[in-house]
Amino acid sequence: MIWVNSVVQGILVGGLYALFAAGLSLIFGVMRLVNIAHGDMIVGAAYLAWTIVHVTGLNPLASLVVVVPLAMVFGYGLQAGILNRTLGKDILPPLLVTFGLSVIIQNGLLALYTADNRKLDAGTLETASYPVMPGVDIGYLPMLQLLTAVAVIAGLQYIFYHSQLGRAFRATSDDAETAALMGLDRRRVFASAMALCLGVVAIAGVFLGVRASFDPAIGPGRLIFGFEAVIIGGLGNLWGTLAGGIILGVAQGIGAQLNPGAQVLAGHLTFLLVLALRPTGLFPRMSG
Amino acid sequence: MSTPVITRSTRASRMAAAVAAFAAVVLIAAPWWGSSASLRLIGEMMIYIALGSLWNLLAGYAGLVSVGQQAYVGLGVYITVMVSVLLGVHPFFAIPLAGGLAALISIPVAMLAFRLQGAYFAIGTWVVAEVFRLIAAQLGSSVGLGGGSGISIPTAMMQMIAPGKFWRDASIYWLLLLLGLGALALVYGLLRSRVGLALTAIRDSEVASASLGVDIRRIKYAVYVAAAGMTGIAGALIALQKIRVSPDAAFSVNDWTAIVIFIVVIGGIGTIEGPVIGTMIYFLLREYLADLGSTYLMILGALAIAVMLVAPQGVWGFVKQRFGLSLFPTGYRVSSLDPSADTGEDVSALPPAATTRSY
Repeated sequence: MIWVNSVVQGILVGGLYALFAAGLSLIFGVMRLVNIAHGDMIVGAAYLAWTIVHVTGLNPLASLVVVVPLAMVFGYGLQAGILNRTLGKDILPPLLVTFGLSVIIQNGLLALYTADNRKLDAGTLETASYPVMPGVDIGYLPMLQLLTAVAVIAGLQYIFYHSQLGRAFRATSDDAETAALMGLDRRRVFASAMALCLGVVAIAGVFLGVRASFDPAIGPGRLIFGFEAVIIGGLGNLWGTLAGGIILGVAQGIGAQLNPGAQVLAGHLTFLLVLALRPTGLFPRMSG
Repeated sequence: MSTPVITRSTRASRMAAAVAAFAAVVLIAAPWWGSSASLRLIGEMMIYIALGSLWNLLAGYAGLVSVGQQAYVGLGVYITVMVSVLLGVHPFFAIPLAGGLAALISIPVAMLAFRLQGAYFAIGTWVVAEVFRLIAAQLGSSVGLGGGSGISIPTAMMQMIAPGKFWRDASIYWLLLLLGLGALALVYGLLRSRVGLALTAIRDSEVASASLGVDIRRIKYAVYVAAAGMTGIAGALIALQKIRVSPDAAFSVNDWTAIVIFIVVIGGIGTIEGPVIGTMIYFLLREYLADLGSTYLMILGALAIAVMLVAPQGVWGFVKQRFGLSLFPTGYRVSSLDPSADTGEDVSALPPAATTRSY
């Protein structure tokens, strides 16, 4: 029963990892950009929510109404102001600029909020759970997290394949030059994609903060979890990313059950195993 | 009409060689003129010159942008601790062992990481480094290497190097000096050789170089493994200098990769001089800004971003472009015997269309 429970809890945590990963997957799909500061932005969003909750006394989940739009504006500005200038054939500039950004965000948060642990308090929702069978309880919060991940992925999927914006994303992704000839402004398309990505980052940040305590240094770890989910699921496949997140969550759950210290290690090893056996991931749509 | 002469050196490079030789003598003599603190500082600079040169070789020449070189630093550190704590033999024995094992372990790592392209390769190497760090923390405690909180190299082992403090400090310092200069020599030698030619060709166009018979995969493997081995050696010397080690410090992405990347980017990526200039700038900044704590790393990050956006060739790349200066020339220069016709131009600095090289 312990094992069933670790798998169930792993699946639920997988929703959070999918939220970490969805933005990465989207950005890579549209502009082949890998944002090293992605994890730090998730943590930054958690701090923003913490500040809002602290000042207004709102429920953290209600703070999303403010955090998501603010993050989206930040994302649009970041892409339009800085990252667009780094895009080209050479992969080095975007990588190094986002790497610098990661260090700036981490140390900026450290200066503003100190290294103390913070946590978002969502009240009774955090402890409420539903017993499905003896020894296996499904918490309302983890369930909400997984359902949110499914909804976010479904939403992104819809935008990508059924909206005008998504058509612009796909056209630019397939052939940026021809898309530009057809009147698409590449810079604005990319900025919109980054805004959308940061919207998802904000949701991920709030769930991260509600689930456990956080500090300025945990960003890179979240980036790595998201990255592993993307690669396990297969590049360019959003539903694959959800599956990747869940596989990672289950692997960590089983690892933690084997040895409490081996939780993260088990996830990394699963990722390396997938990389060794199926280098393109389990459900690939595009090549790197 | 005078006969053209093909040379590799320039007046600047001959002067640089003379200055470098003089500097080397001054640096070798440092234990007699410098304080213990200045030995540590120069030693630390040598570590960053070495790590910077090696990362530059990977990212600036071979197109392998790794964010996981701390894996090999940490391996070198832990191999040294293992040799001195568990085996109890002379710590110097750890240096070649660290290099050899790091190179050996980097082969399967490369087999996995090379399946990822570009930026994903970068994060993939980071995951591998994390795996090593977690294993060091997990296994460390069970085999007597201190686990997560770390361990010190026993005093008895350090005394094997030399009984007195002066000679012990001096020996470790000379090894660090050898590491810094050795890494520079390795990169310089490699770039002047056939491998360097192949690397430049790959950097300019992978497709064209492959069609001319360059075995891209083999070259990239060779460079990755060589850099890993040398980084492992750096790790061994870092352990000897710091004495106390922990998994978080030994496998630190900030200390052994982030700062190294900033050094190379600011100094000038894809130039041999860049990491040296970058190290000097970094230590100068650190001297004056370290009191600012976290703000100082923000300034460093912002500086690297600014350099990448405004002058991606870095400080040395700018100097090279502006003045045609090259202290470590790897290209060939064509000049006439008639001194008045010697324009002193470095052929490698000319646009490709104007360059006719035959090898």
